[in-house]
Amino acid sequence: MNPELGQLALILALLLAALQCALPIIGAWRGSKPLMATAPTLAIGQLVFIALAYGILTWAFWTNDFSVAYVAQNSNLSLPWFYKLSAVWGAHEGSLLLWMLILNVWSVAIVVFGGKLPEAFFSRVIGVLGFVSFGFLLYMITTSNPFLRLMPAPPNGADLNPVLQDPGLVFHPPLLYMGYVGFSVAFAFAIASLLGGELKSTWVRWSRPWTNAAWAFLTVGIVAGSAWAYYELGWGGWWFWDPVENASFMPWLIGAALIHAQAITDKRDGLRAWTLLLSIFAFAFSLLGTFLVRSGLLTSVHAFAFAPARGVFILVYLAVVVGGSLLLYALRAPKVTGGKSFALASRETMMLVGNLMLTVACAMVMLGTLYPLVGEALNIGRISVGPPYFGPLFLILMTPLVLALPFGPLSHWGKADLKVWRNALIRIVALAVAAGIAGFIVGARTWYELLGVAAATWVIAGVALFAIKRWREAPRGKRYPFEMLGMMLAHFGVGVFIAGAILTRSMSVEQDVSMKPGASVHVGAYDFRFNGVAETPGPNYTAQQGTVVITRNGKPVVTLHPQKRTYVGGQVQTEAAIQAGVFRDLYVSLGDPIGPSTGSGQDVGAWSLRVYDKPFVRWIWGGGVCMMLGGFVVILDKRFRLKRAVEPETVRPTPEPEAPRKLAEGEA
Amino acid sequence: MNPVRKRRLIVTLLILGAVAIATGLSVFALQRNMTYLYSPTEVDAGKAPNGHPFRLGGIVKEGSVHRVPGTLTTDFVITDRFQNIPVTYTGILPDLFRVGQSTITTGTMQNGTFVATKVLAKHDATYMPPQVAQAIAKAKEEHKTGDGGRVAGAQK
Repeated sequence: MNPELGQLALILALLLAALQCALPIIGAWRGSKPLMATAPTLAIGQLVFIALAYGILTWAFWTNDFSVAYVAQNSNLSLPWFYKLSAVWGAHEGSLLLWMLILNVWSVAIVVFGGKLPEAFFSRVIGVLGFVSFGFLLYMITTSNPFLRLMPAPPNGADLNPVLQDPGLVFHPPLLYMGYVGFSVAFAFAIASLLGGELKSTWVRWSRPWTNAAWAFLTVGIVAGSAWAYYELGWGGWWFWDPVENASFMPWLIGAALIHAQAITDKRDGLRAWTLLLSIFAFAFSLLGTFLVRSGLLTSVHAFAFAPARGVFILVYLAVVVGGSLLLYALRAPKVTGGKSFALASRETMMLVGNLMLTVACAMVMLGTLYPLVGEALNIGRISVGPPYFGPLFLILMTPLVLALPFGPLSHWGKADLKVWRNALIRIVALAVAAGIAGFIVGARTWYELLGVAAATWVIAGVALFAIKRWREAPRGKRYPFEMLGMMLAHFGVGVFIAGAILTRSMSVEQDVSMKPGASVHVGAYDFRFNGVAETPGPNYTAQQGTVVITRNGKPVVTLHPQKRTYVGGQVQTEAAIQAGVFRDLYVSLGDPIGPSTGSGQDVGAWSLRVYDKPFVRWIWGGGVCMMLGGFVVILDKRFRLKRAVEPETVRPTPEPEAPRKLAEGEA
Repeated sequence: MNPVRKRRLIVTLLILGAVAIATGLSVFALQRNMTYLYSPTEVDAGKAPNGHPFRLGGIVKEGSVHRVPGTLTTDFVITDRFQNIPVTYTGILPDLFRVGQSTITTGTMQNGTFVATKVLAKHDATYMPPQVAQAIAKAKEEHKTGDGGRVAGAQK
């Protein structure tokens, strides 16, 4: 297929996006039904053209069409087929196309599932999404066209960046983008509410599953990226506070806050203004994330090439979107705000504490990430802000959140019940202390480890107490609705994550050693014997493959084969070998040859090796996966079926806070 | 106090408190954990902090990489083509660490040698971090406009 067709498809999609932005919004404003009726058609039409463009680019990769510059830069004849498909989003231009594709899929999903929303509101939502799409398409066509030709076509391509040739990459960017783009739904809802000047809690309820889905995708995307960095970068770390990681972490933090704020607005009709603001910021940080990663302004391990025009475009776009949204918010928010009061020791307060901590943590991460940029712009010098800034501050900011976390579900909406609190507090403290003592008996010795065990128990005990409470107090069949189940799962994940993050950090044994064939090193409770390195061919690389035999007390555990690959393009890439386990990972990666490979002498065949014993490292990602599952499980809840959202609301749905309420009536 | 006002007061106090604490902590932590990047010319001119960690960026000089036999220690020279700074690093070097390529190292100056605790090379072999490019450009300029750097270096 012809790449120019792809470009044509993009231009047509741009025109449709302009119409999708203009017509439904004007229609909603003038009350014109024919104009509003164009929204679904335009959204579907745009998806068709974007999908066509995406298909054409994929085809160009599949058929090794190196006359397309983007393909020539990111593919190679000997690249395995699955990496050819994932190479489509392996660099800037293609990943933007993927961004667009996902945005349009989300838009059409709203058309399909949201057709019964009030027509004017629905039209505004689609219109706002059209605006988002228009900006990105314009950006792509003017600065980042993936279909540019390269004449004459080279006989072979430069190959995909070897760091990206990994199963982790196949999933990492699409998942992240699902998350980033997913927040555009909450954003569109917020803007549509502000434009229309009214906000019904049913609309917030309707947008909750979308936010949950977006956040769950973002969670698993970050988990995949972290796991990928762990085994692909060969450093054995799982989080580096790298600007690009921060870029995805900021919308995640705001997204987590938004999920809770939306729950308050849905259930209690409160905190409307805050929910709207978070909706705007979740998406703004998604755009900022794209900007930071794609502009190449920040030095990071990801280090994309620098392209000022692109950076300026996204910066202007970001300014328009965020500035415009906040202006609209300032003008219209007083019209749509309102809500119910709540007591100090209520569930709202607990959720608000969590919200505040998440937002402040996001601000802290933003400060550290952008400060070097500001410093450079103001010419105070080239600054970098590293993990010593982010790590301790994040720990401090998350402490109140972790402390408050069990009490959110356990307390009541609106009113304080100190007796419930006291009972819960006694039990949770007792369990956390017991866990700390148990940890000490098992072998934890440092304060850090003991506190980690106690903190993880604190969170998980809260979840368990809540589960018991529901079991006792709610009638059979209504004990654990999906919404509650998802919340419990996600909170449980937080506990697992805390245990993993803290125990890995304090219990890991990491050693960089130089080893001759036949030499052994003792790390943790294990002996690692190095049996030398041999050359092994791969599809588009040749590898130096080491053999490391691991034994414990003389009994064989596993034999690992770490590799050092040299790709056809000449790039070198380390492939760590990992024996993964629930309680510990054994990790070996090859450094460099230290002595000559043949001949005689003391260093013959010697290599430098990284040898790690990393306990509980899987729990970090296990916790993340639980959070993701929690996000998805919530979506299954009956509350969110469209029937409820369509009901015309003449009466306020929520009961008065003073009225006695039964726990059974969907209290969470 | 009526409930609405009470709620607003609680919310406002919570927000103000959290923001105040976070701002204080952040600014404090930022000041302590910022590391500046210097080029070899700037280091030679005595602009880099003494005894405080900083980052040194430049090109790994051709023919300067030597491994101390039997150890993981590597000695090399970082250059901006005007000044050279000897660097020593113990540990495993990144895949893209190569002679003639740009790199950023973090560490401290000790007796005229930069003792690195971290060596960064970039994923993309042809990519030069903008900071390093600027540092080299700046060194070029200073070299043109006179020998200010060298004089300062002599005063050390």
